[in-house]
Amino acid sequence: MRISRSPWLLHYDGSSCNGCDIEVLAATTPRFDVERFGIINTGNPKHADIFLCTGGVNAQNQDVVRQIYDQMPDPKVVLACGICACDGGIFKECYNILGGTDTVIPVDVYVPGCAVRPEAIIDGVVKALQILDDKKRRMKQEGYRSLTSEEYRKQLEEKRADGVKSDA
Amino acid sequence: MISTYGMAAILIYLVCSPFVASILSGVDRVVTARMQGRRGPSVMQAWWDLLKLFGKESTSVNDIQKILVAAHCFFAVFSGAIFFGGGDLLLVFFSLTMAEVFLILAAYSVNAAYSEIGAQRELLQMMAYEPMLLLTSVGFYLSTGSFAVSDIIRTDIPLICKMPGFFIGLCFILVIKLRKSPFDLATSHHAHQEIIKGLTGDLSGRIYGVSELAELYEEILMLGMAGLFFITSDPVSIVWALIAVAVVMFAMSLIDNVFPRVKWELLLRYSWLVTFFAGGTNLMVLLLQAKGL
Repeated sequence: MRISRSPWLLHYDGSSCNGCDIEVLAATTPRFDVERFGIINTGNPKHADIFLCTGGVNAQNQDVVRQIYDQMPDPKVVLACGICACDGGIFKECYNILGGTDTVIPVDVYVPGCAVRPEAIIDGVVKALQILDDKKRRMKQEGYRSLTSEEYRKQLEEKRADGVKSDA
Repeated sequence: MISTYGMAAILIYLVCSPFVASILSGVDRVVTARMQGRRGPSVMQAWWDLLKLFGKESTSVNDIQKILVAAHCFFAVFSGAIFFGGGDLLLVFFSLTMAEVFLILAAYSVNAAYSEIGAQRELLQMMAYEPMLLLTSVGFYLSTGSFAVSDIIRTDIPLICKMPGFFIGLCFILVIKLRKSPFDLATSHHAHQEIIKGLTGDLSGRIYGVSELAELYEEILMLGMAGLFFITSDPVSIVWALIAVAVVMFAMSLIDNVFPRVKWELLLRYSWLVTFFAGGTNLMVLLLQAKGL
């Protein structure tokens, strides 16, 4: 059984202007009806397969994003929806914004747009489903395990240190 | 002693229930979607959801949670097996309550806020439907002189004729038992409820799958109870019972869609009113009949 037949989704609003959130909700309305793909908006990280994040990550909610991500059982994928979630968008230079979702957790699919359109969200989710299936297969065959947010943070720090060295 | 038919019925119940119940909830989801002007998922959706859960990693806060959820599933299956094996309705009732208690204990054991609120609401929910379930068993006893399902199905006229009030009451609590209408209660199927998933909020992966499996077994048991009102000694009555169950299922979807935002306070009040008036009146009539008045 492919896991992509039953993707449960968790939607978290980082620090978006709510434009993308309204579009995410629009995707669940009768016009776009994501439930036809078996997608359920669960609201519970322990039941979710897809973490859909809108808006940039700020100094206050970075721990929340990390915790939600860590609580999700494997296999899981992260979907950054909207330009703010991809790299910070127009809030990028703000003093409290760290950047996109990938500043704290590993992101699998980036869906740009301001605001992101429901069609693009559905496209992104369909793309995420392929990755989800692939992760499930690797989990079975090679014992694959997603990075925890702590491992990801260390990886980022190492990369940054290497970058500083090469610059010097 | 269980008859050969009883054994066969138990075996069919144990093997087929998960699949049949998930197809039923799949159909229910499609019907709901059509009522809302959507296309809806595949009929197989609930089955795929169940299989997926068993393929996911499970994380648990403590080991006792696993045992409690397993006990919940065991007792849910056990009560269904008693029912379809032709056993005692009271035993079914107590075993079903036991199953619920284990799930509530599992929710309390994780010490998480949402699970705890969910468990409290599940207790309130039990308070709402248990009187009606018990009264229904008593109603069956008064109309047939036995609590055993194998005796109840030997009746000559369908019991719905003698106990319409109990049937209405049972249909009312089925809305709760099938996790439908009270959207803020415990582990309602609706998204966007204030306590996330409540009771099952802290179950994940395989452990959640086991609790879902128990729910599917319970669903078949509850529908079986609704069907019991239509079964007589005539084998053709099984067809009538199946039709009745289908109508009840459709009515549940309809009620759920017409009243999508019923809260637990309202439901508790109404379920007791319905129990008192529909169940109580019917009970009185049966008692008077038994006294020969």
